[in-house]
Amino acid sequence: MESMASNMQNTVEQNAGASPSTPLLDIRGLTVEFPGRRGNLVAARDVSLALAKGEILGVVGESGAGKSTIANAVIGLLDPPGRMASGEVYLAGRRIDALRLPAMRAIRGRRIGMIFQDPLTSLDPLQTIEAQLLETITAHLGMTESAAQRRAVELLDAVGIPEPSARIKQYPHQFSGGMRQRAVIALSLCAQPEVLLADEPTTALDVSIQSQILDLMRQLVRERALGMLIITHDIGVISEIADRVAVMYCGAVVETGATAQVLARPAHAYTKSLIAAIPRPDRKTARFRLVQQHATVESTARRLDVKTHWLGQRRSFDGDGDGDGDGDSGVDSSNASNAALVELENLCMRFTTVPSVFKSRRRYLDAVDDVSFSIRRGEVFGLVGESGSGKSTIGRLICGIHAPHAGRIRFAGVPLDARGSRRALNRLRRQMQMVFQDPFSSLNGRMRVRDIVAEPIRFHRMAEGAQLRAIVLDLLDYVGLGGAAAPRFPHEFSGGQRQRISIARALATRPRFLVCDEPTSALDVSIQAQILNLLKDLQQELGLTMLFISHDLPVIRQMCDRVGVMKSGRLREVNDTETLFTAPRHEYTRHLLDLMPKLDILSGDGGDGDNPN
Amino acid sequence: MARFLDSDLWWDFKHSPLVMTSAAITALMFLVALFAPQVAPYDPFDMASIDLLDALRPPAWAEGGSVAYLFGTDDQGRDVFSTILYGSRISLLVGFLSVIMAMLIGVLVGLIAGYKGGWLDAVLMRIADIQLSFPAILVALLIDGVVRGILPRGAHEELAVLVLIVAIGLSFWVQFARTVRGSTLVERTKEYVLAAQVTGLPDTLIVFRHILPNVMGPVLVIATIQLALAIIIEATLSFLGVGVPPTSPSLGTLIRIGNDYLFSGEWWITVFPGLALIVLVLAVNFLGDWLRDALNPKLR
Amino acid sequence: MFFFIARRLLQAVGVMLAVGLIAFALFQFVGDPVNNMTGQDTSLAEREALKEELGLNDSVFVQFGRFIGNAARGNFGHSYRQRRPVDELIWERFSATIELSAVSALLALLIGIPMGVYTALKRHSWLSRAFMTLSLIGVSLPTFLIGIFLILIFGVTLNWLPTFGRGEVVDVGGWTTGLLTLSGIKSLILPAVTLAVFQMTFIVRLVRAEMLEVLRADYIKFAHARGLAARAVNFGHALKNTLVPVITVIGLQIGSIVAFAIITESVFQWPGMGLLFIHAIHEVDIPVMAAYLMLIGLLFVIINLVVDILYYAIDPRLRLS
Repeated sequence: MESMASNMQNTVEQNAGASPSTPLLDIRGLTVEFPGRRGNLVAARDVSLALAKGEILGVVGESGAGKSTIANAVIGLLDPPGRMASGEVYLAGRRIDALRLPAMRAIRGRRIGMIFQDPLTSLDPLQTIEAQLLETITAHLGMTESAAQRRAVELLDAVGIPEPSARIKQYPHQFSGGMRQRAVIALSLCAQPEVLLADEPTTALDVSIQSQILDLMRQLVRERALGMLIITHDIGVISEIADRVAVMYCGAVVETGATAQVLARPAHAYTKSLIAAIPRPDRKTARFRLVQQHATVESTARRLDVKTHWLGQRRSFDGDGDGDGDGDSGVDSSNASNAALVELENLCMRFTTVPSVFKSRRRYLDAVDDVSFSIRRGEVFGLVGESGSGKSTIGRLICGIHAPHAGRIRFAGVPLDARGSRRALNRLRRQMQMVFQDPFSSLNGRMRVRDIVAEPIRFHRMAEGAQLRAIVLDLLDYVGLGGAAAPRFPHEFSGGQRQRISIARALATRPRFLVCDEPTSALDVSIQAQILNLLKDLQQELGLTMLFISHDLPVIRQMCDRVGVMKSGRLREVNDTETLFTAPRHEYTRHLLDLMPKLDILSGDGGDGDNPN
Repeated sequence: MARFLDSDLWWDFKHSPLVMTSAAITALMFLVALFAPQVAPYDPFDMASIDLLDALRPPAWAEGGSVAYLFGTDDQGRDVFSTILYGSRISLLVGFLSVIMAMLIGVLVGLIAGYKGGWLDAVLMRIADIQLSFPAILVALLIDGVVRGILPRGAHEELAVLVLIVAIGLSFWVQFARTVRGSTLVERTKEYVLAAQVTGLPDTLIVFRHILPNVMGPVLVIATIQLALAIIIEATLSFLGVGVPPTSPSLGTLIRIGNDYLFSGEWWITVFPGLALIVLVLAVNFLGDWLRDALNPKLR
Repeated sequence: MFFFIARRLLQAVGVMLAVGLIAFALFQFVGDPVNNMTGQDTSLAEREALKEELGLNDSVFVQFGRFIGNAARGNFGHSYRQRRPVDELIWERFSATIELSAVSALLALLIGIPMGVYTALKRHSWLSRAFMTLSLIGVSLPTFLIGIFLILIFGVTLNWLPTFGRGEVVDVGGWTTGLLTLSGIKSLILPAVTLAVFQMTFIVRLVRAEMLEVLRADYIKFAHARGLAARAVNFGHALKNTLVPVITVIGLQIGSIVAFAIITESVFQWPGMGLLFIHAIHEVDIPVMAAYLMLIGLLFVIINLVVDILYYAIDPRLRLS
């Protein structure tokens, strides 16, 4: 905190434009272009940033904002055909952007270190950690073999790898993801650089590892008086680590300032709306305010009267034998009923990780281990946990993608198992649908949007001909995409738009239960806000029951009525959302909540229930 | 169509003269082969039009050559240019049909093995592995040899082209099967397939409507490259004397016939069919090579 | 390590059994061995006796067992046409094919790998483009045509090199070699080059493709970002990672040289196993076909085993799982 104060001062000087000492890294008017057949793509436009010694400068922006390009341009490693069209880069007052290759190479690693996003692919798989460290140390420092070896072990120790002298002999695949990122950091520190460029250094990591790596980086910057430029899409990371922050939008820096100031009192309209779109971890809000630049999408959507429209009719549930009597009333009378729609009893799912003819040599992973809970009609039930905790597997078990290894699932009182007749099972299947994580793989790229949405309706023979065409157009309208999308192909749409198509497809069978498996984790925060709003609206208007799976606690808090916490295949705690966030019972829940970025400093006018769009 | 004209593939095509030339040559040779009876100056199989006195004439521009026979004549007085046209007809026929056969078998096996997995996958891929240990030319030779042993001698002559197609087709399916299986394994876990499963679509529908169109890209590339290879293998088998008989010669048979006259100085009987073969294969290979790079997004 | 090799050996035996089954099936379904081994004037009783002697009255399983047992000892019976033991026929021609194949393989590897590496590293240089165009022409040239053109140029027109046979050979402890005489070496040049061209161009393209893939990897970019010299990145990191996938394919490719030798041997009348096999196919000489098939199978199994062990030595991920 005290360093932040001192850097606030720094910022004031910067803004005054007359800093007494030259900045460590000074980027002036940087413009990067990628020439292509459809003209020049300008990835960064007139970007100016200054980094002081001992300072952490965050560069934040959504995908396509040009953040990564800046780091690559500084170090001279732009992917072809990218090139610096204009601008200058100074390192401690000396211009480095026009250097020839050998001179540039002497700067890379020696004076400017770089950390990449994915630790799994950043290390050569065929060489030991030691070989990679030694090679880098001797390339820059010209040490003797034994001195270099001592230094390598020291470095591993400094980045918090236990038993460094033993682990240094190992290969990258013997390290866990977090350990590998520590090794990557050690590698980038080999030659004591003055500047560190970190490009999304924690994005590929789980939240608990993420906070450890951020702590480590902060500590290293302070101890060694480095200057660090950290590039991220995650405001949470920025608020944890950065002294100052530069906000990028469409290749340009729209706002720069001390982190506390920018997050609490954003000046630029984009920053304001970006911050408003961030799910609040500390309180629940009815709707997200939308990022202005994108807001037009939703206003073009035509609202449907679901009470009278095909989509709201539930004729198809008649004769299912569940006898809940809400057959013709349109929407599930959810609030009145507390009965369970989905019940899981002692559910187990095991994957074979090492197959073998011999039983004793087979290895298994218990992805879901004795899990029981039920989802009430009309509620949004959240499942939260880190990657590999088994939360997605549960969603897939319910929807019939996997068959459980033991235990049973009931839907509306009817047990779901393979022994039932195919027709009966199909009738139940139609009532549950799924929205997936990756908008780029969840749509068949070879089909037109209208066929993607129509396929489930056709398959279940729910409508045909002109009626079907009308329904598809209405559905596309309803999810805020508009009927014009119908004849086009998925690749013509952005991630958020694809997710809307995915939702339209899921609604096409008039389901009453929707599994959302990380529906927004591949999306930018502003798009996430739109999709979450849409899901909330649908849930309320159609009375859907929802299983909402996410690793993101703030999102869970905004979306769910009740939450289950998963770890290593087991359900650790189930509770009302508010209770879970304010008075967690299980130790692991408390741990997760502790790791959650606090974001207390965010500007107060975030999500606003009184002003829905 | 508008979508295609705007695609990167078409743009790439238009900006590569080598590829356009290859496409033009390939198309030209296809057409010429298809309409050989209309295009060729002589019918080399019409005994009435052949005069043994015209045998072993050199090409038109060489000493003793005649304008009537552009590339000279062979030992029986057949016009080499005409036999090339008729020969490439058979070469292309065998090439196309064998690749189509291999593609049908391979794609089907690959889809089943990749989507179903389990023991079926293990068995199919083991078979593929064993066959892959033997070069296609050897497999084709073997199949041809076996059929030769089973069929009576006369029948083999008549069925030679069919036998060749089957032999080459059966020796090529593995490439398709392995590639399709690999892509199917990837596609199978993609979320659009899961979505189809959640909807309750039966497996056959998922495989053919959803997965198949998404694995066809690499299949087309392999098919182009395999077409070139099939033409080469057909020519090789015919050259080795186990392919198309001399009564209706393919390019390979023509080269075999000419090879006997190589040392006595009648080089044209071998060289012109040989050049025709090279030009054809080269053009197809250039197309395949370009298609592979153009369809590989990582190379852009 | 022990388990790894044991499993591979077991697989190898399985593959050999499968190949044996195919070879055995040839005997079962193609032609009648008794007819093939006797003449018009053989009496019915003599035929029956021969049938009994060959064990053709036993059950199929017993026959298959005996076939495999014999094959394991190198006994494939007599050639239908040449009336001599097949193993003798093959052994006479074994050294000719192996010498030709080994020299070609060496040529293909020594030229192909460096060219592949060069064209990947200097992707846009004119020399790379020339190499790539040449290699595409190389894969488009049927082996037999290369042979014919080489004969036409260096044999018929220039009269520099012999165009058929093995030249003078020397017997070294039962192994005949042409590598010790001038005429032997001169005779080897054209066939070896002919056989090497396709494999070489194939290797160039394979190495280039794999290396381009590796050069795009994050760890290569990270190595550049650490300021390592281009040579260290390209040869220390990229090349080694390229070789891992390349080794398997090259192994298979080297094996297929022996099979491709069939074509080269018939163009140059090279007295090797391939020529023997082609004659066997023409004459439907099943014992020779079966023996050749099993020999090629064995060769591939051995190469695969060597490749697996190499793999194991290079890739630490296999060693420690």
